[in-house]
Amino acid sequence: MILASPLPRLEDVPFFAHQRLVVMRHRGRIDPERIDDYIALDGYEALPKALLEMTPEKIIGEVKTSLLRGRGGAGFPTGVKWELCRKAPGERKLLICNADEGDPGEFMDRSVLEADPHAVLEGMVIAGHAIGAGEGILYVRDEYPLALRRMQVAIDQAEAYGLLGSDILGSGHSFRIRVIRGGGAFVCGEETALIASVEGRAGRPSPRPPFPAQRGVWGFPTTINNVETLACIPAILLRGGAWYASMGTETSKGTKVFSLVGKVKNTGLVEVPMGTSLRRIVFDIGGGIPDGKRFKAVQSGGPSGGCIPEGLLDLPVDYEALTKAGAIMGSGGLIVMDETSCMVDVARYFLGFLMEESCGKCTPCREGILRMHEILTDFTEGRGTEAQLALLEELAPVVKDASLCALGGTASNPVLSTLRYFRDEYKAHILDRRCPAGVCRSLITYVIDEGRCTGCMVCRRACPAEAISGGKRKPHRIDPERCVKCGACRESCNFDAVRVA
Amino acid sequence: MDAERLDGIMRRHDYAPSGVIAMLQDLQREERYLPLEGLRLIAERVGIPASRVYSLATFYRSFSLKPRGRHLVSVCLGTACHVRGGGRIMDKVTRDLGTPQGEMTPDGRFTVEPVRCVGCCGLAPVVTVDETFYGGMTQQKVAGVLRRYE
Repeated sequence: MILASPLPRLEDVPFFAHQRLVVMRHRGRIDPERIDDYIALDGYEALPKALLEMTPEKIIGEVKTSLLRGRGGAGFPTGVKWELCRKAPGERKLLICNADEGDPGEFMDRSVLEADPHAVLEGMVIAGHAIGAGEGILYVRDEYPLALRRMQVAIDQAEAYGLLGSDILGSGHSFRIRVIRGGGAFVCGEETALIASVEGRAGRPSPRPPFPAQRGVWGFPTTINNVETLACIPAILLRGGAWYASMGTETSKGTKVFSLVGKVKNTGLVEVPMGTSLRRIVFDIGGGIPDGKRFKAVQSGGPSGGCIPEGLLDLPVDYEALTKAGAIMGSGGLIVMDETSCMVDVARYFLGFLMEESCGKCTPCREGILRMHEILTDFTEGRGTEAQLALLEELAPVVKDASLCALGGTASNPVLSTLRYFRDEYKAHILDRRCPAGVCRSLITYVIDEGRCTGCMVCRRACPAEAISGGKRKPHRIDPERCVKCGACRESCNFDAVRVA
Repeated sequence: MDAERLDGIMRRHDYAPSGVIAMLQDLQREERYLPLEGLRLIAERVGIPASRVYSLATFYRSFSLKPRGRHLVSVCLGTACHVRGGGRIMDKVTRDLGTPQGEMTPDGRFTVEPVRCVGCCGLAPVVTVDETFYGGMTQQKVAGVLRRYE
């Protein structure tokens, strides 16, 4: 029997057609809790090559050739980082895999840990060999219970197969991995704060230098790599640094995993070659904006990043291009916003997040973010003034320049980028006391479109404030005095009769 | 709180000062929060000032010094959940349960806490109850979810 329309192949589905899988190549193809599945594809093939055929210097050379840059946010060249640690004096060295994925709205690391745990382990053993470390620490978010469990299963299996432990494959290289659970502090993504946390202290950053490669955990030279970075390593060693460097742009090579979420039809993780345009990611892969709404911006790089407007959609994703646009690559979060997302509210959201996560050690970050948040709260609640806007613009660069670590150093980005591209929205909030996107509660009212209302009583029942009047089959009305603006009526209406004005 | 079990936890981490965060995590897993008595015992046995244990317990967000209800409701306020209305879900939950964020309901049934991203942003807005994830939440749906828990 011939099917009238055969099942489409993966590459025929638009969501997958433009993707190029390196880090996620095993996703869904293996049972992550079975080491044999990983081995059956190409797992643990790079390990003997690295341990038995290559010197640490040669491995570092290959990674340098690949021009791989750290995927955790800062984009420092991985090969150079390894070389610094390799050359640092000291017998005892450590490797940390930073799996404390903290940016809200992103889940690349979680997916790699859960779907392909052995790729991370293999990358760690190779990295350990390259820098001369016999100990590895896997620092995982405690909010990721499945990832924690799968990594532990993978470690046990790799040890049983002699791929982890002492004298791996008779190479003389020994490597052990200890799992440490993060305590849910965003600032611990910062290297020196992470080290403090590993040592059992509160995760507060300290000034650099000394860099972790010189003095890290317990004072020993330490390399900290992100999950995605380490998961690239086996593929780079198997296929060569030149192969990896053949993908991407001038300064950003290889592929990058993005977490494509928000107001976009196809949400999920997307892996594309560096240099792919945002338009391709949001519209061709993501399928555009749902419900016929208009695209407004894409927020890249989490709380340290910025909002990129429609005019820059053809921008190629690349570390430098995103930074130039006022955003950052970060660890790969792309949050799509449509016309119903308020940019002032988004800026306020990120500041609120950073205000809570600031460790409080340095004043510019602790007090500066607090003040900026106060100003933005005034804007969203209809108390904003032009003088405050000027103060905000004065304060933002100061927080950026004067903060001790990258948390404060990038905290102004969401404010500065929205001010740069969406100044009209700020003006509407301040001068007209109006939220054009219909988000800021103090500036909106809910009204029922009597022409559309069928009088079905659904919203009346949903209203927690008993603010809706009107009988069966009679147009309903919202009493603005009683309305708490929770939006329950709008959500429950089947006829799109509740409007925001 | 069972002092002997706490000692077992401390032993598992070699009574080491560097293991205090892990001890607190294990203690919280058993007790669902951190009783002050537990913090005192850890300080004593590990040999560090109680103030240091307290500082760790208050620095890291995942620790709670207040008793928690039988079920922990975490409303995700990550970025994707925020733009898809996570804040309104939080308002609905706290309004329906009549308890503010971070507090336990008087009947001991729930504690509601905000969480900054649980890493399944494709399903936003998300609410987790204990270890179960509920995606695509609306004010209406979340009320139905809470009814399933006693």
